[in-house]
Amino acid sequence: MKRDLVIIGGGPAGLAAAVAAYDAGCKDVVVVERESAVGGVLKQCIHNGFGLTRFKENLTGPEYAHKFTDEVEKRNIETLTDTFVISLDDKKRVTCMNKSGIFTIEAKAVILAMGCRERSKGALNIAGTRPAGLFSAGTAQKYVNLKGWLPGKLVVILGSGDIGLIMARRMTLEGAKVLCVSEIMPYSSGLKRNIAQCLNDFNIPLYLEHTVVEIEGKERVTGVTLAKVDENKRPIAGTEKHFDCDTVLFSVGLIPENELTKRAGIGLDSRTKGAFVDGDRETQIPGIFACGNVLHVHDLVDFVSEEAEMAGRSAARYVLEGEREKDYILTENGENTGYVLPQKLDRNKNAAQKLYFRVRSAFRNAEVVVDTGAAVKKFNKIAVAPGEMESVTLGAEEIAAAKYVKISVNRRA
Amino acid sequence: MYDIAIIGGGCIGALTARELARYRLKTVVLEAAADVSAGASRANSGIVHAGFDAAEGSLKAKFNVLGNAMMESVCEELGVEYKNNASLVLAFDEEQKNTLFELMERGRKNGVTGLEILSKEEVLRREENLSHDVAAALFAPTGGIVCPFTLTIAAMGNAMDNGAELLTDFNVVAAENASDCVRLVATDGRSVKAKYVVNCAGAGAEKVAKLFGEANFSVHARKGEYILLDSSTAGYVKSTIFTVPTKAGKGVLVTPTTDGNTLIGPTSVEEDTFDNSIRREGFDDILSKAKKMCERLPLGETITSFAGVRAYCDRHDFVLEEGGERLFNAAGIESPGLTSSPAIGKFIAEKIAEKFRAERNPDFNPRCKSYAFFKKLSVEEKNKIIAKDPDFGQIVCRCESVTLGEIKEALTRNPRARTIDGIKLRTRAGMGRCQSGFCQPAQLELLMKEYSLRYDEVTKNGKESYILVGGEI
Amino acid sequence: MELICIQCPRGCAMNVEKKDGEVFVTGNFCPKGKEYAISETVEPRRVVTSSVRAEHGRVSVKTDRAVKKTEIFAVMAKIRAAKVLKNVQIGDIIIENVDNEGANVVATAPYRV
Repeated sequence: MKRDLVIIGGGPAGLAAAVAAYDAGCKDVVVVERESAVGGVLKQCIHNGFGLTRFKENLTGPEYAHKFTDEVEKRNIETLTDTFVISLDDKKRVTCMNKSGIFTIEAKAVILAMGCRERSKGALNIAGTRPAGLFSAGTAQKYVNLKGWLPGKLVVILGSGDIGLIMARRMTLEGAKVLCVSEIMPYSSGLKRNIAQCLNDFNIPLYLEHTVVEIEGKERVTGVTLAKVDENKRPIAGTEKHFDCDTVLFSVGLIPENELTKRAGIGLDSRTKGAFVDGDRETQIPGIFACGNVLHVHDLVDFVSEEAEMAGRSAARYVLEGEREKDYILTENGENTGYVLPQKLDRNKNAAQKLYFRVRSAFRNAEVVVDTGAAVKKFNKIAVAPGEMESVTLGAEEIAAAKYVKISVNRRA
Repeated sequence: MYDIAIIGGGCIGALTARELARYRLKTVVLEAAADVSAGASRANSGIVHAGFDAAEGSLKAKFNVLGNAMMESVCEELGVEYKNNASLVLAFDEEQKNTLFELMERGRKNGVTGLEILSKEEVLRREENLSHDVAAALFAPTGGIVCPFTLTIAAMGNAMDNGAELLTDFNVVAAENASDCVRLVATDGRSVKAKYVVNCAGAGAEKVAKLFGEANFSVHARKGEYILLDSSTAGYVKSTIFTVPTKAGKGVLVTPTTDGNTLIGPTSVEEDTFDNSIRREGFDDILSKAKKMCERLPLGETITSFAGVRAYCDRHDFVLEEGGERLFNAAGIESPGLTSSPAIGKFIAEKIAEKFRAERNPDFNPRCKSYAFFKKLSVEEKNKIIAKDPDFGQIVCRCESVTLGEIKEALTRNPRARTIDGIKLRTRAGMGRCQSGFCQPAQLELLMKEYSLRYDEVTKNGKESYILVGGEI
Repeated sequence: MELICIQCPRGCAMNVEKKDGEVFVTGNFCPKGKEYAISETVEPRRVVTSSVRAEHGRVSVKTDRAVKKTEIFAVMAKIRAAKVLKNVQIGDIIIENVDNEGANVVATAPYRV
């Protein structure tokens, strides 16, 4: 089977990319989705707060997803659901498996939009037993929101990622008692508004600089012990707090799902855990693009859609016009910057480009310094935090003149 | 009335049951947990030891070498993953180097073939990720790895396919003597009668022996903690890497597993209780030792950590002897117990067959279908299977690429999976990097359907280990 | 009073002060923040999201406007008691006037029987 564009993943990134590619003139598009319906994780994100940037509306996850599935349906873009991509190679051959068998699609261009997964509890090396009742926050969300089954009644949440915060509120509304949220860092990795509306609204305590020292329970979890941590993140003896509980949720980070990317031989950036891309979101293999949470974990789906549309348009142009000559400069993270995306910029692109970056630690009164080797540009931020992605746009001329782009974030007095 | 009741469904019980199935004997296996392979057979290193470690003349030495020689063909018959990946014992100084020569000599006396001492250069040529501080290594080409829980499950399944029975959640608390048999009573009041009992109760073997009278051995618990890395680390080490053994055991090892993961551990902690929780110090202990052996340990790929409780015996050797008129004790089967299990099973079965003057079972079929059969097929063969049964085209566990067809097999084949962990051990669903975050709800619904359970009746591993306890919203 | 604005992901840290019966808001980036800050001092309100039981599975829902914070659990009780028996589209009313102040519970996903 031959197709112009294959999009791997039918979540928010894949759907937005499909629509954008179609509208840019690439009509032969297929979206491959492993679940039985497209929409990705938005299907279970029944809370609101989506779409404020993009649609100026306060939408729930399913509503936000529906806006895109509607557009996909209107254009009659093919979606292959219940279909799992087994492999992708550097020749853009996408091998899929579904109930009809294993088949290979030869694509002119491919967009990687596989999303991310939750970092599992197992990765944390937590002492104690391994009973039932330990869930990733997203797994609990699936049980509650899609099945209507509550994992437990007395809950401790480890990690203050957004899904954990959202589930603290959700389980409280459904009659569970959420005893606390414990975060090892001195700041939450979730959005401030979620601390306000998910924890503060329900008087759920957030213990910063705390970690779990032991999980108890033989068959079902019966309790956890938390302790404050020192500057090396080691528990401080004597600061233990014990909680009797029947459920522990983990919300300890998201990891891009790049197994296919790796096997295709595409290089990954250890900072973003996603592919190295340029401003077109093109990976090191011409004609393979990446967008959404598989590229880097976003805080807001609005930005996923924006990035996916960029990738969709770029892929369409690749299909219609072929490979282009690119003149790359690298982007670098300077002081206090965790990563900058894209990792390289094409000086031939002749268009303004937005650079996303994350800071390494949370502080107030920040000064962002963008050094291009030809010019230095500075602007101030009231506060920055690793949980909140920042961005800066460089004009076409600034990029054409740049030797590199280095973004640093300094503390102002 | 059964001829033989085996107490304990670990690797020794399962392989004994399978060997007994070669005879016309009615056998039942009584397992205290909800599934077989629930104790030490589930949480161990999965090593097929070469046999240079055990004291000359010991039962350990004898059965290790015999078991090692049998393992490949047993695994082939049962469709279990086995790999002859060889092992290396590292020495970091002159004293340890001398120990290597002692081990080699002991190995030769035990009948281990192919042992040789490698120089630093030769070791590093074989294994590029080892510490450059290594001085020399003992190379054992007969060392291997096996998947311990699929070996146990498949051996039990094969025994059952050939007529053996399995009773789970059957915790034997009393043994009542009658004129021609023993009545074994479980906690919940169920009982079975058998003419002869084989005690394969692992860490509980002393307790079981005492139900029949005095025990002439004592069994203690020793805990081993492990860290498991994702299969993305496959090839980090090729052979099983040991350091020179100490009194406490073989020490921390770094080994590939048959599924391509990297396993680091175990610690060795003596415990009064059979508690399999992991100590905080355990991690530091494992990592500090492993870091001395290896470089560039890919710890960022950690997917889980676990602990197993193993029996160890005051005799420091296996107990394989009659414990009374109607009892045979297979106790204190500590390391190299997994390696020895095929030979121990055969030894016990032959003893019993002789005692009962049992005839051979002409219908015995030693083979069973591998749980991993689908994974190994070519695309054409897979397409043929999917055409017949489309469930094999639907992935449930994305991390380990486990299909609905494979999970349905695990739910229906001997011994049937009845819990989330049961599915996991048979198919690897939930064993990958997301640790069942994505696929547990789907597995839970499959268990509900198969056993007509409500959502809140599905357990992780039996008893009160319910997955969902908060009710319906 | 200090508070974090929940109107958008920016999450402005705001300060609200009452002087001589007048309310002063600082720290807000936009007018929505001011509006929210004032309503928090008078009568905090929230949009409630949840899901309603259906013949097969569940239908996700929300209140079509913010309800009094004090009424959230009362609204949840009504949502829990409801059941969807027919096809619904996004925006269809599932429970009318759920807070006796005119807020409806509406579907946020389509559902087919």
